[in-house]
Amino acid sequence: MAEQDIALMAHLMRRAGFGATYEELEARAAKGYEATVEELLNPESQPAIQDDILMRYQPQWVSKAGLEGQQEEWTYRMINTKRPLEEKIALFWHHIFCTGHAKCEYPKQQNIELDMFRTLGFGNFEELLMGLSMDPAMVFYLDNCMSHKDAINENWGRELLELFSLGVGMDGNANYSEDDVKEAARAFTGWTVTNSIPRYPYGKYEAAFIYDPSDHDYTEKTFLGETGNFNGEDIVKIVARQPAAARFVARHMYNFFVADEPQVPAWQNTPPRDPEAVKMLEDEYFRSGYDIRSMLRVLFNSDFFKNARFEKVKSPTETVVGTMRLVGDFDMPRPGLNAMTLTIRYMGQDLLNPPTVEGWHTGREWIDSGTLVERINFTADAVGDTSHRGVQAIISRLGSEGATISSERLVDGCLQLLGHYQLADVTRNELIALADSEGELRTGTDEFGTRVGQMLQSIVATTEYLFE
Amino acid sequence: MTSTKKDPVLVVLQLSGGNDALNTIVPYGDPLYLDNRPNVRIPVDQVLPINDRIGFNPAMGPMKRLYDEGKVAIIQGVGYPTPSRSHFRSMDIWHTCEPDKVGDEGWLGRAVRDLDPGKENVLTGVNFGRGLPRALVAPGVPVASVGNLETYGVLTGIEIEEQRTKALDVFSRVYSPMLGQGPVLDYFAQTGLDALEGADILSTAPQMYSSSVEYGNDTVAQYMRNIAQTHLAGFGTRVFYTTAPYNSFDTHAGELANHTRLWTETSHAVADFYDDLKEHNAGDEVVLLVFTEFGRRVHDNGSGTDHGSGGVAFLVGENVNGGLYGEYPSLEDNKLLEGDLHYNNDFRGLYSTLLEKHMGLDAQPIVNGSFEQMDFI
Repeated sequence: MAEQDIALMAHLMRRAGFGATYEELEARAAKGYEATVEELLNPESQPAIQDDILMRYQPQWVSKAGLEGQQEEWTYRMINTKRPLEEKIALFWHHIFCTGHAKCEYPKQQNIELDMFRTLGFGNFEELLMGLSMDPAMVFYLDNCMSHKDAINENWGRELLELFSLGVGMDGNANYSEDDVKEAARAFTGWTVTNSIPRYPYGKYEAAFIYDPSDHDYTEKTFLGETGNFNGEDIVKIVARQPAAARFVARHMYNFFVADEPQVPAWQNTPPRDPEAVKMLEDEYFRSGYDIRSMLRVLFNSDFFKNARFEKVKSPTETVVGTMRLVGDFDMPRPGLNAMTLTIRYMGQDLLNPPTVEGWHTGREWIDSGTLVERINFTADAVGDTSHRGVQAIISRLGSEGATISSERLVDGCLQLLGHYQLADVTRNELIALADSEGELRTGTDEFGTRVGQMLQSIVATTEYLFE
Repeated sequence: MTSTKKDPVLVVLQLSGGNDALNTIVPYGDPLYLDNRPNVRIPVDQVLPINDRIGFNPAMGPMKRLYDEGKVAIIQGVGYPTPSRSHFRSMDIWHTCEPDKVGDEGWLGRAVRDLDPGKENVLTGVNFGRGLPRALVAPGVPVASVGNLETYGVLTGIEIEEQRTKALDVFSRVYSPMLGQGPVLDYFAQTGLDALEGADILSTAPQMYSSSVEYGNDTVAQYMRNIAQTHLAGFGTRVFYTTAPYNSFDTHAGELANHTRLWTETSHAVADFYDDLKEHNAGDEVVLLVFTEFGRRVHDNGSGTDHGSGGVAFLVGENVNGGLYGEYPSLEDNKLLEGDLHYNNDFRGLYSTLLEKHMGLDAQPIVNGSFEQMDFI
């Protein structure tokens, strides 16, 4: 197996999933890059996580009564899924269409929303926006249930345009006006949720979307230059055919899967980092009839994707889930996962509870002196624990290379088995010198595993390892 | 010129979950209190009286002692207009001073930026606890966040000290900003060095510390001790922050037992902290603010209380003008706001007082407006 194929596969699996062990990378590379892309794009070809096992081991996840249990459950799914892109796409849409636990009547509503992302999230963007418009968690989060024909609440109308489909503007121009916001809000009057049943004495209840025709504004509306007696689905149809919608989806995809873009509020006036790549994705959006899966196929098979290695700062979720998949921890439901999910929060990403409706700022903004220490210590603790199956696999693989191994080979071998990471020359030389200072390294000794673990710890503490 | 006056220091203790104001400063002289609290009520004869109307929860003896010495200001009816009863949202409003929109900068993050605009001290702001509260977040402002002062540091998982020293040595060199690596990597490198420097300095604090005060073993007490240790070590920290365990004050059920334990721990921690600084002659420059995101419903739910609004805050310090501030909110039905105590003191006025009269900063841009200040300093 050519190492360059494995390195490319490592890149694909980090971006389209949450990373993979070296053994999995070898197997996937043997199967081929495009075949792996197709497998990832068609998650139903792989077995789903068995919910009955989760129920047996972690009944508190089933009740979905609280944020921490919900975070544990999702983290467990991300660590163990055989359909990594299915969870990654759910995370992608959660970054964009975020609702927050802070404003959610019934927590399970957010799990129902995630399930929608797992299915509709690969499909037609217009259908996804329709699903979102009727998602009880979102209707409540953005107050559309408080919007009435004689007193509109603009919150949903505004965020649908600004944060969920078009963006404020592109190429220096605005994508919509304040009047468009109001007209969209009017068109969505009557889109509400069933009255919530009081919490006491039996606890909370699931809400359902309902359309209340008696509370809908039937008068004529003018939206994005088109005039008619629009209802919500007309607004979604008009939105989905805008060039700005293509740009919006393409640029978000690029930012999430390829390379860090500036923060979203800057997009009106800051051109894409790679305009040609974004153009390719926009073209595919229209060619395929707004099909997300088709756009992802173009993306993963493109040169711009294959060449964008280590151009993206890992999110806290990617850091923790990727580390667990690498070392092989929490591959069965067991207590203790809460510490992992709290670590994701301490690193700055409280899943299902984003700081604002804008979601999280990504890229370099994940890192400050507090979150950096959390990230380095968490990752270093995990890879330095030589009892982990994944760490043992790295040790035994390097140990089979001969009676001794050189300092250069220790550094390069660890980088390779972590998924072909790359270090700046000065950093690599520092690590080689560190290994030299410990003396000759004999593979058959007890010391060997410890030394490999320490080298892994030093590697994951570098700035290079903050990227994927 | 030399000055013997020490730089002012602000310490904030956040009581997370919504502390029940009515069972903290208890309106035991008001028959409406007894009516509204058929089950979750402090027995009148156990209240530690302040006057014939109100008194401290019986678990708050240590704070009552400081109050009697004139070192505690009680801010009654503190809140903000159109209160949110969501923990997250209401805490966010207290953190960002943005009740109408979602803000992304914290008031103390801004204060740290104003105190140390040149970022000369990586420890100007220090949080004890894991994860940085929004109050301390401001773009480009480094704030150390310490989960455990005794073990705080980078690569603490490397157990053999010699190995760790070597690894940190490498760390400090690979995190040195390098020519031409671009702004993102420069930023990461500087952040890594800030973290390392902060950890190096902070790790020396426990060894420099000795005190006759024995703090409790609960989280709040240990973090208040850590704050005392760090303050006494003289690293120039101006803003300290710590938080009671997440949502611990959220007493929907079993309130009487839980709330008693919480205030036993908290009031001992507050008084121990005060005594500790006094013993070291290091309390004159320090003011401690104790706050929560909201009070709780006037009427109990049988075993606890649900989310409400108007709450109570405390200021503790050698130079605090002790006493009662604001008015105790009325419990009369027609004065309540949707069944909750109505605030009469905007928390942003409380913040402004601390920022201007204590810290010497311009409060207006930090709290997003001008608010009436108080006389507790």
